[in-house]
Amino acid sequence: MINCEQASTICNKKQYQEASIPEQIKLGLHLMFCKACSSFSSKNRKLTILCNKADLQLLSEQEKIKMKETIERSS
Amino acid sequence: MTENKLNPDSWVDQYADYLFNYAVTRVSDAEIAKDLVQETFLAGLKSAKNFQGAAAERTWLIAILKRKVIDYYRKINSKKGKAEVRITYSNQSDSAGDWLEENVADPFSTLENDEIENEELGLAIQECISKLPKKQSAVFVMKTIRGLSTEDICNELGINPSNLWVMVHRARTNLMGCLNENWFKL
Repeated sequence: MINCEQASTICNKKQYQEASIPEQIKLGLHLMFCKACSSFSSKNRKLTILCNKADLQLLSEQEKIKMKETIERSS
Repeated sequence: MTENKLNPDSWVDQYADYLFNYAVTRVSDAEIAKDLVQETFLAGLKSAKNFQGAAAERTWLIAILKRKVIDYYRKINSKKGKAEVRITYSNQSDSAGDWLEENVADPFSTLENDEIENEELGLAIQECISKLPKKQSAVFVMKTIRGLSTEDICNELGINPSNLWVMVHRARTNLMGCLNENWFKL
């Protein structure tokens, strides 16, 4: 049996497809009787869906460094 | 009320991604968006002495970026012919006369709304990420947005996997709380 802390870690791993099958089974069992973890799990899933939907874009580190240099040169 | 002040040194770290997301949804080209963000920072620097502290730094920068986006569209539209709306006619005779119907907006489509909503959602998430403690946001961004593997992140930040998952957990719980406030309540 796993405790809630372990369950939440597995749940987080699951959001990135990194939970193993035995871990997922343990989590499933835990979620059957733990209300708090069930609610956390559903919120966690929602967050993943939102992040995917938003399709966030990032500037790369090099581009940021270049920007910083340009700003410094002109200040 | 506290006076708002400008810290150009931290602009890139704090606002570059936020501004970039804002720009990229409007010009739909990453290169151009990047240039616009850069121009925004330079313009902000130039007019920093006119900043009166009435608005938050980010609001002020977004206002500059908005002008830059408008300028960009003015510039490309001033080139001859670009501002025309072109409709491609079908050559097939059996569908002749149907083109108008095909071009009418579908009243039941929710796609347009989705796009606007996703753009706002992106900014809301970006805002919440920027509120996270530095380490948490670094880990979360690497994992979720850049999609790096656990191993790579651990090597780059010099932490072990269990540290990483603790950090991810904290970041995610903070984000859930923040989005609950800023997104679901709107």
